[in-house]
This record gives sequence, structure tokens and C-alpha cells, in this order.
Amino acid sequence: MKQIPEKDRERLALTGLEVEMHNRCGSFFQIDQNVIQTTCGAEDVEMLPIKAALEKYDWLKDHYWKAVPKDKDKYTQYVAKQEPQGLVVIAQPGAKVAMPIQACLFLREEPVQHVHNIFIAKEGAEIHIISGCASSWQKKQGAHIGVTEIYVGKGARVTSTMIHNWNPGISVFPRSATIVEEDGTFLSNYICMQPVRQVNMYPTAHLIGKNAVARFSSIAVATPGSLLDLGSRAILGAEHTSAELITRAITTGGTVISRGHIRGERDNTRGHIECKGLILKDGVIHAIPEIEGTLTGTELSHEAAVGKIARHEIEYLMARGLSEEEATATIIRGFLDVKISGLPAVLQAHIDAVIDKAESGF
Amino acid sequence: MLDISDLHVSVDNTEVLHDINLHIGPGETHILMGPNGSGKSTLLKSIMGFDAYTITSGSITFKGKDLTDMPINERAHLGIGMMFQQPPAVSGLKLGKLLAATSHRGEDAIEALAQSVNMEHFLSRDVNVGFSGGELKRSEVLQLKVQQPDFLMLDEPESGVDLENMSLMGKEIAGLLEKDVRIVNRRKSGLIITHTGYILDYLNADQGHVMINGQIRCHGNPREILRVVKEKGYGECLRCKQI
Repeated sequence: MKQIPEKDRERLALTGLEVEMHNRCGSFFQIDQNVIQTTCGAEDVEMLPIKAALEKYDWLKDHYWKAVPKDKDKYTQYVAKQEPQGLVVIAQPGAKVAMPIQACLFLREEPVQHVHNIFIAKEGAEIHIISGCASSWQKKQGAHIGVTEIYVGKGARVTSTMIHNWNPGISVFPRSATIVEEDGTFLSNYICMQPVRQVNMYPTAHLIGKNAVARFSSIAVATPGSLLDLGSRAILGAEHTSAELITRAITTGGTVISRGHIRGERDNTRGHIECKGLILKDGVIHAIPEIEGTLTGTELSHEAAVGKIARHEIEYLMARGLSEEEATATIIRGFLDVKISGLPAVLQAHIDAVIDKAESGF
Repeated sequence: MLDISDLHVSVDNTEVLHDINLHIGPGETHILMGPNGSGKSTLLKSIMGFDAYTITSGSITFKGKDLTDMPINERAHLGIGMMFQQPPAVSGLKLGKLLAATSHRGEDAIEALAQSVNMEHFLSRDVNVGFSGGELKRSEVLQLKVQQPDFLMLDEPESGVDLENMSLMGKEIAGLLEKDVRIVNRRKSGLIITHTGYILDYLNADQGHVMINGQIRCHGNPREILRVVKEKGYGECLRCKQI
């Protein structure tokens, strides 16, 4: 990993990649289509390239193209036709790893990078995965298509944090889905604050076991020329399941489409969508929350607000002595501060650092 | 310290303050009374320099400096502080972080100040988010204790405060105004908007003014004004016309 030029290492660091592996339990590194490194220090958590994993474990085929259908769209069809490349993480029953596993996907030379990841947390296991996706500073154009299938077993807990740092000419098509069993918890965090041509994704969590919980948190900044078409969906398919979809979107000239969909199809289910948008410079923030209940026992709600920074908040902070610029930056920083409960401190600190670095650029 | 002369202020091109004259010297505390909507808060906000309040003629000078074109934060640095009647909630900003950002005090000093107003558990909370009426006021007092302004403006410090908090607030405000300092050495000044006059149970004020329809109609002894208003209402001040 240390062979990467300094300038690209900085870009990778912005996505959360710890080159020195501090505070990381394992690491997977894929440049274009080549897996450079797979390591994992934890005993009962295995990390391996998908090809090796499919050869090693026959049972894995039951998790391969099961959460995400192969023929979902042209992007999944494309990935299905290629030789599989990507990361498989298998956490054995009861495995608990506080330190995150990092998966770094780096687009350097090839026009299209495709990847297929499978994360499996077996009964009672607990894992955190940071996927940092970036392109080389020299990379002008290209596409990244990433399929991710996540399986959260009975009582298991998976936190998946994806941080993007692309270039203005890159298009990105993540296709992911998660299946959460009884008492399982799935936390998904997504951060994209750097210029990109297009991000298009709509991950889905299927809550199929009682008491399963899903929480999606997204922080998106659309700079001029960026189109961020982001969504998240939760299907409340078992009793006592709940989901929360939270988005903070900022435009400084680009477009954010914030979609959300919760379908309550069992009794005693709850779901909430919250989207807040801040227009700093003329651009588009389009919130499209959908809540769909199919029976009396489901309770769904949504709230969305789009606007500029409240003048009276800026003036309040100025009356305490902050300059207008400081007050504005402070309020933006606060706006982006989504409280993600259940996140380990190291991960929260990392997310905070990513926001702080980007925020100084407004 | 503060000199306001022939001041006219407009909001959305409508004049709301007419020909205000007010002089507050070092160490003096003044009380401003008047019916709802008479322009009392507008005067405070004009002195602080909020955008919506345009000075169309006249002047406000503080410590000899003309404030007309001075940004809010520079007025704060010059020594003007304000307790808001309805402070906004700023989500994502911790109270402790705000206090650290607005002063050169260390963490321990801020913690000690927070303890003095029973706010030590609020330093890690978002500023004013979900605070009760009394907590909002204590948060404001704490911010002012950190800021230590030379001229303090209080917009209805009693509103929404229960009796127990009122006693704490009264004592703290008296402290901010150096009421414990001998009168010859006292330098801090204040302008307090009050409807009830409860604040006068905790500190002495030097002068009172009554504002009606954007004009200051009477000046006088604060307790006397309070007594007259309680007995006869503001109509008496309208008749008094001591402009």
C-alpha cells in the first residue's frame, strides 16, 4: 500500500483509509481490478477475495446474487458477466470486532472498475466495515460499479460506512442490498462531499426477522456539475421491525435527489424518513420521501425541509463574537452532524474528521 | 458609554422607532418598559446591529465609536452583550464548543462558570435544543458570563422563569452588572426590558424609560414608573409626554 504516490494516498486518507492500519482490524485493497492486499488480524473474522471465497466455501453460492438480483439492471448485469472481483467478509457466530475492517477500492487506470462484495455476520456477530472509494487525482473519467450483498444474521450487528472521494468526471453505481434476520441491526452510513459526475444508488434493507432494525444515514454535498441521486429503502417484512432513513444534503451548485422508501407490511412496525437540505448556492435539492403502509399495525412518518441557513442563527452566533464566516461554517458543521447511535467512537471520530476536512472548503 | 441620538429605525421600509434619545453612562443600569409591540426589542436589536433593522437617521455610539456600519461581531468584541428573549436552537453545535469558540478561557474555567448556573450537564448538549424556559435563560446567562460584556442588554429576563430560577437569574445578572462593586468603581452598564419589574427585587436600576408606539415617552425613577404602570396602566405615560 505504501507504493501509492503521496498525492493519491492523501485522497485515500480522505475516504477513511488508514494506510498505517491504526485502529483497523483488517484491510482489503483493490486497485482497478487487482486485489493488492487482504489481511485480517481478528481470529473469527475472515476476509478474502470473492473468487477465493467462492472456491473455498460451497455454501457461499447461497449468498451470491441473492440479496441483489443479477438482472436488477444493466449495471448488475454488467458485473455478473465479468470475472468476480471484490471482498468477502465472514464473521463467525459471536465474533465481535470493535475495530473496523477497511475495504479500499481505488480507480486508477481502467475505464470501469467493478466490484462484488459480500459481508456476512453470522448469529450474534458484530462487525464494522469502512468502504473507502476513491479515484486517482489524475483520473479524468471513468465508472465504478459496485455490488454489495450484506447478510445480518440472528442478533448480529453490521455497520457499513461508505465514504466517496471521486473526481468530477467519474460516474458511480453502487448496487447493494441487505438482509436482516431476527434481532439483527444494520447501520449504513454514507458520506460524499467531494465533486463527482454522478452517483446513482438506492440500497435496500429487507428486515425479514422479528425486531430487526435498519438505520441509513447519508451526508451528501453536491458541488457544481455533480448529480447525486441517492436513496435508501427499508422493507419492514416482519413484526416489530423498524427503520430510520436520515439524510443531510447540501448543494453548492449541484443536484441532490434524496429518495427514501419505507414499506410497512407487518404489524407493530415503525419507520421514519428525515431529509434536511441546505441550499448554500443555487442548485437543486429534491427530496422524494415515500412511505407505504399495507396494514393497520404499521406506523410510518416522514419530514423533509429544504432551505437556506436561518439568518437569526447566524446573528445569534455573531452576537457572541463569531464573524459571519465563522458563524456560517459553525452552523453548516452542526447541520451535517447526524447523530448515529451505536457507532464505535473511532468510527464517529473518523466521520467527524472527514466532515471537518471537507467543511473547511465551503 | 452608550449614546443614542435622534435615532430612527425602519423594518421592511416601515419606520418603527421614532426619534429615540438615550444616554447610558458607565456603571448605570436602565430599565425599559412598555406595552407589547411598542418597539423595545427592536431598540435592543438595533443596538446589537441585526440585519433587518435599518437606521434611517440619527446615530448610536458606543465608547465613542459610531456603530451604524459595524458588524454584529465587532459590536460584541467592543463590549456589547445581549440576552435573547427567544434564542434560536442551533442543532449540531455543542454549548461547550460555542463557549470555547467565543472566549479565550480554558475548559476548566468554562466548566466552573457552567457549574455556577447549574449548566454543567448542558455543555455537551446542542445549544438551546430542547431546553426548557429556565434552561434557556441559564444558557443565556452562562454565555454572557463567559463573554463578560461591558454593556449588557436583557430582553425580558423574567419570562418563562420559575421562582427558584428567578432568584438565581437575578443574582447572576446583578453580578454581571457589578452591583457588588462600589458605585465609584462600577463600570458595567445595562439596559433591561421588563414587564413585571421582578428583576428590580434583585438589583437597583438608575433610570427607567417607557416606550410606546416606537417613542420613548417618559423617563424617571424605575420603581415609580413601575408603580404608576401597575396602578394606572400605560395610558398615564401617554398623557405624560415627556419627550
